[in-house]
Amino acid sequence: MSGSSEFPGSSLRTPRRRVAGLGAAHSGTHHFWLQRVTALANVPLTLAFLAVLICVAGESPERVLATIGHPVVAIILILAIISITTHMRAGMQVVIEDYVHGEGAKVLSLVANTFFCAAMGCAGVFAILKISFGG
Amino acid sequence: MVQLTLPKNSQLVDGTVWPKPEGTNRLTEYRIYRWNPDDGKNPHVDTYYVDRDDCGPMVLDGLIYIKNKIDPTLTFRRSCREGICGSCAMNIDGTNTLACLKSMDDVTAKSVNIYPLPHMPVVKDLVPDLTQFYAQHASVEPWLHTKTPAPEKEWPQGRQDREKLDGLYECILCACCSTSCPSYWWNGDRYLGPAALLQAYRWLIDSRDEATPERLDDLEDPFRLYRCHTIMNCAKACPKGLNPAKAIAEIKKMMVARQF
Repeated sequence: MSGSSEFPGSSLRTPRRRVAGLGAAHSGTHHFWLQRVTALANVPLTLAFLAVLICVAGESPERVLATIGHPVVAIILILAIISITTHMRAGMQVVIEDYVHGEGAKVLSLVANTFFCAAMGCAGVFAILKISFGG
Repeated sequence: MVQLTLPKNSQLVDGTVWPKPEGTNRLTEYRIYRWNPDDGKNPHVDTYYVDRDDCGPMVLDGLIYIKNKIDPTLTFRRSCREGICGSCAMNIDGTNTLACLKSMDDVTAKSVNIYPLPHMPVVKDLVPDLTQFYAQHASVEPWLHTKTPAPEKEWPQGRQDREKLDGLYECILCACCSTSCPSYWWNGDRYLGPAALLQAYRWLIDSRDEATPERLDDLEDPFRLYRCHTIMNCAKACPKGLNPAKAIAEIKKMMVARQF
C-alpha cells in the first residue's frame, strides 16, 4: 500500500526504486480465482433463487415458510447467500483498490466491506436456518 | 480518491486561431493541445489550417507542416515516420495512436483533434514524460535469463517455440496501450500496465528463458498484475495490432495453473 502519485521528476528516488515499491505481495491469484469460481456458482444459484421466488409469489406466509424450510430449497438458498456475499466482497474490494487511494480511507473501506458482507451473509443464513429448524 | 477532474492550472482554455494558408481550398483543420511549462499559463487548444496540396497524407505530415510553415514553437516527438520507432504516439481523434500511421482522411471529427497521451505528466505540448513507463518496462527485466552454462554457439529455439513470440516481440514501446488504460491512469504507480506486461509475457513463454518461476513471483501482486480488468482498451489502441489484454490473461492463467 505504498500509493505514491508524485510527479516523476519531483523526487530524488530513481524511477526503478519507485516502480519496485515494497515488492510483489505474492498474492492476488487466490482472490482472482475465488471471484471466478463464485461467479460460476452464482449462475445456477441465482437462477434457482429466482425460481424459488416465482414459486412462492402470492402464496400465503405459511406456504412460503414451508417452501423455504424444505431441505433442498434451504440448502440452495444458503449456498446462494454464501456464494453471492463472497463474490460481492471480492468485487467490491477490487473497486475500492481501484479508486480509493488514501491509505486510511482504503483500509477502512476494505474492513467495512468485509464486515458488511459477513453481516449480510450471516443474517441471511441465520434466517433460513431459523425457518428450517423452527423456533 | 482518484482525481476525476483537472486541477485549476490544468484546465483547458481557448487558444490562438492561426491564419489559413492562402491560395488553396484544400484545408484540414487541426486543433492541438498546447502547454508551455515556462509561461505560467493554462494549457490551451490552438487551431491551425494545413494545406493538403503542400503536405503528405498522414497526421504527422500535418504536424510537420505546421511546425515548418506556421508555428515553429509546436513541440512533439517524431523520428522514423513509418511506425517502427514509437516516438509520435499521441491522442488523435480520441484514440491513442501513432501520428505517422494515422491518415488525415481516417479522422472522423471535422477537425484533427490532438492531445498528448492521457494521464501522463506533460513536458511540453504533445511531449509526455514517460520516465515511469520505461522504468516499469525495465522492471520486468526484458532480456534472456539462464542458469544453464551458455552453449558454445547460440541458445537454440525450435520453429514452433519461436512462433509463440509472434504478436509479442513487435511491441515498439510507444505507450499507446498503457496510457489508454483507466487502471493505469488510476494506479499507474503500482500497476505495471499493458505494455510492460506484454513484454513480461514475451519472456515468460520464451522457450530459452529459465527464470519463469522468478518472473511469475515478481508479477504475482494485486496491483502489478491484477489491476487488469480486461476492458481491452489496450488492444483497441495498439497501432501495431497487438493484443496486450490477451497476454495479461495468459499470465493470469499461468498464475492459476501453478496453484493446482
